[in-house]
Amino acid sequence: MVESMAKTGIQPGAEIHLSVEDIHLSFGGLKALNGVSTEIRKGEIFAIIGPNGAGKTSLLNCINRFYKPQKGKIFFEGNEITHLSPHRIASIGIARTFQAIELFKGMTVLDNIKLGRHVHLKTGIVAGGLYFGKGHREEMALRKEIEEKIIDLLEIEAIRKKVVATLPYGLQKRVELARALAMKPKILLLDEPMTGMNLEETEDMARFILDVNEEWETTIVLIEHDMGVVMDISDRVCVLDFGSKIAQGLPLEIRQNPQVIKAYLGEEDMTYSRLGA
Amino acid sequence: MPSGLFHENYSNDERIFQTLWVKGWLWVFILFLFFGFPFIVSDLNKILRFNVLHTAILTGIFVIGAHGINILTGYTGQISLGHGAFMAVGAYTSAILMTKAGFPFILSLPCAGLLTAAVGMVFGVPSLRLRGLYLCIATLAAQFIIEFTIRRWTGLTGGTQGMFVPYAAIGGFIFDNDKKFYYLVMVLAIATTAFTKNLFRTKPGRAFIAVRDRYFAAELIGVNLFKYRILSFGISSFLAGIAGALWAHYISLIIYEQFTIHLSIKYLAIVIIGGLGSVLGGIFGSIFYVGLEQLLEVMSKELSASFPLLITYFVSIKEIMFGLIIILFLIFEPDGLAARWRTVKAYWKLWPFSY
Ligand SMILES: Nc1ncnc2c1ncn2[C@@H]1O[C@H](COP(=O)(O)OP(=O)(O)O)[C@@H](O)[C@H]1O
Ligand SMILES: [Mg+2]
Repeated sequence: MVESMAKTGIQPGAEIHLSVEDIHLSFGGLKALNGVSTEIRKGEIFAIIGPNGAGKTSLLNCINRFYKPQKGKIFFEGNEITHLSPHRIASIGIARTFQAIELFKGMTVLDNIKLGRHVHLKTGIVAGGLYFGKGHREEMALRKEIEEKIIDLLEIEAIRKKVVATLPYGLQKRVELARALAMKPKILLLDEPMTGMNLEETEDMARFILDVNEEWETTIVLIEHDMGVVMDISDRVCVLDFGSKIAQGLPLEIRQNPQVIKAYLGEEDMTYSRLGA
Repeated sequence: MPSGLFHENYSNDERIFQTLWVKGWLWVFILFLFFGFPFIVSDLNKILRFNVLHTAILTGIFVIGAHGINILTGYTGQISLGHGAFMAVGAYTSAILMTKAGFPFILSLPCAGLLTAAVGMVFGVPSLRLRGLYLCIATLAAQFIIEFTIRRWTGLTGGTQGMFVPYAAIGGFIFDNDKKFYYLVMVLAIATTAFTKNLFRTKPGRAFIAVRDRYFAAELIGVNLFKYRILSFGISSFLAGIAGALWAHYISLIIYEQFTIHLSIKYLAIVIIGGLGSVLGGIFGSIFYVGLEQLLEVMSKELSASFPLLITYFVSIKEIMFGLIIILFLIFEPDGLAARWRTVKAYWKLWPFSY
C-alpha cells in the first residue's frame, strides 16, 4: 500500500537519541512493564508493536513521565530525564499524541495548534494583555509559521477555524499530530495514530509521518496495530508482550521471528493475518 | 505572493472585531459612555427613579472585579469564594498607603492591585493539590482569614470602626464628586476589559483555558500547571484589588462588613449570570446584577411608602424576588447573557447592512 514510500533506514551506529533502561512499572499486582530496555536512534522511525495490553502505551507514558516507573532510567540526548516533570519533558522536545485523542475539544483547530507552541512563546501576562508591540508581533509570527509549516503540510486549511469537537475522528487525529508538530519536537511519540481510520486516511497519515521524519528530521516512535504500515514505514521494530521486549530488529526480521508470530497467534486471527500481510 | 501580504491577512484574521460595523458600534458605545450618558443622567434618574450615575459607577467597579473572577473561575476553572476578601485587601491597601504612608493615589492604586495579587497567589497555593469543591473551600478559608485579620488589626484598619478613605486624586485633580469618579471608573473598566480580552488571544490566556479544559493534556504540551493556576489567582486578585481600591475611594468609609462572603457570592453570581469564560459576560452580569438590585430597592421603597403597614414584608420580598430571578435565570439561561447575545448577533448577521 505505501510501498513506494519505504525508506532506506538509519544505519546501526547512528547517534542514540532516546534510551530507556530496565523500566519496571506495575499497577498494584499487575506488571505493565517488566524490565524493558531499548535505544532509539536519531532520525529513525522506531515502531513498537505487540498485542493489546502488552504495555506499549505504558512505555510512552513513562517516557513523558505521566507514569512514574518504579525502577529504571530514561535518557534523552545523553542526559537523564527520569525525574523531570511532564511539562519539562515537553519543553525539551518530546511531543506526544494519544491513543484516545487528548485535544482541547471546545477550542478551534487553530487554537489547539497554537497551544502546541506554548513552550516556545515568550509573551507574558503584561505583554499579552496590552497586545501591542512584542505580544502582537509574536502572535503574528506564530500564525504565519503555523499556516506555512503545519497547516499546509497536514492539509487542514479547510478546518482551521472549526471547533475540534465537531470534526470526524480521522481529522481529529490529524489535528492532534498538528498540535504535536507545533511543539517543534525532536522526538515525536505517536500512540496508534491510524487506529479507526479508513484506508485513505491511513495512507495520508503514513505519508505525513514520513514527511515529518524526512523534512524536519524528527525522530519518531510509533505504536501501531496496522502491520502493513509498520512494515512499510519503520526503520526498526520493537515487539512487546506482557510487559517484556521479546524481539527487536528490522521489519523483515520481525515479520519472520517465530516468537513474534507466536505472541500474535495468541491474539485474534485478524491481527495475525495483518502481520502476515 | 509577497510575504507582507500574508502578514496582513493573518493580522486581519486575528482581529477581535471582524468587521468595521462591529468596531464602529463599539466606538459609538464608548463615546456615548463618555460624552452622552453623563449628560442625560438627570433625565434617566426621573424615569428609573434611582440614582443612575451611582449605579453606573458601581457597575463599572463590578465589571473590573468580575473580569477578575472570570479569569479565575470562567477561564481557568477554579472556583473562588474569597473574592470579597480580596477586594477588601485592595480597598484597605490603597486607603492605608494614602493615609498612613502618604502615597499619592496614582501609586496606591497599582500597589493595591499588586499586594492583592500577592495575597491571592498565596491563597492559591492549595490549587497545587486541590481541585473543584476542595479548592473552593480553601478559598473560603482565605475569605475568613482576611476578614478576621482586618477586624482584629485595629491599629492599621480601624477594626470594627472602619476607616476613612481620602478622595482619589491625580496630580492636582481630585475626584470628589460622582461625575468625576464616573470617568475614572469608566477608563479603568474599559482598560481592564481590553486587557482581559487581549490576554486570551495570547500564550497565557490560551494556557489558562487549556488548564481548565484538560489539564492532563495541557501539562503534556508543556504548560506548567502550578505556575498557571497560581498566575490565574494573581491576575484575578489584582483586578479584585483594583476594584476594591476604587470602591474604597468612592464610598469614603470602609469597614470589614462590606467585604464578607456575601460579596464573594455576589461576584460568582455576576459571572454565572453574565456567562463564565466570556469577557462580555462579566459586563452583562454586572449591569444586570447591579441594575436589578437598584430596581428592587426602589420598588420595595415605593411600595413601603404606599403601604406603610406592610413595610417589613416588602423588605423581605426584595430578597425573595432577587433569589427567584437568579434561580429562574439559571434554569432558563444557564450559559449566561453573553450566550444569548451571541445568538442575537448571529441573527443580525443576516441583516443586509452588516458586512
Ligand atoms: N492507569 C492504569 N491503571 C491500571 N492499569 C493500567 C493502567 N494503565 C495501563 N494499565 C494496564 O497495564 C497493561 C498495559 O497497558 P497498555 O500500556 O495500555 O497496553 P497497550 O498500549 O500495549 O495496549 C494493561 O494490562 C493495562 O490494563
Ligand atoms: Mg495502547
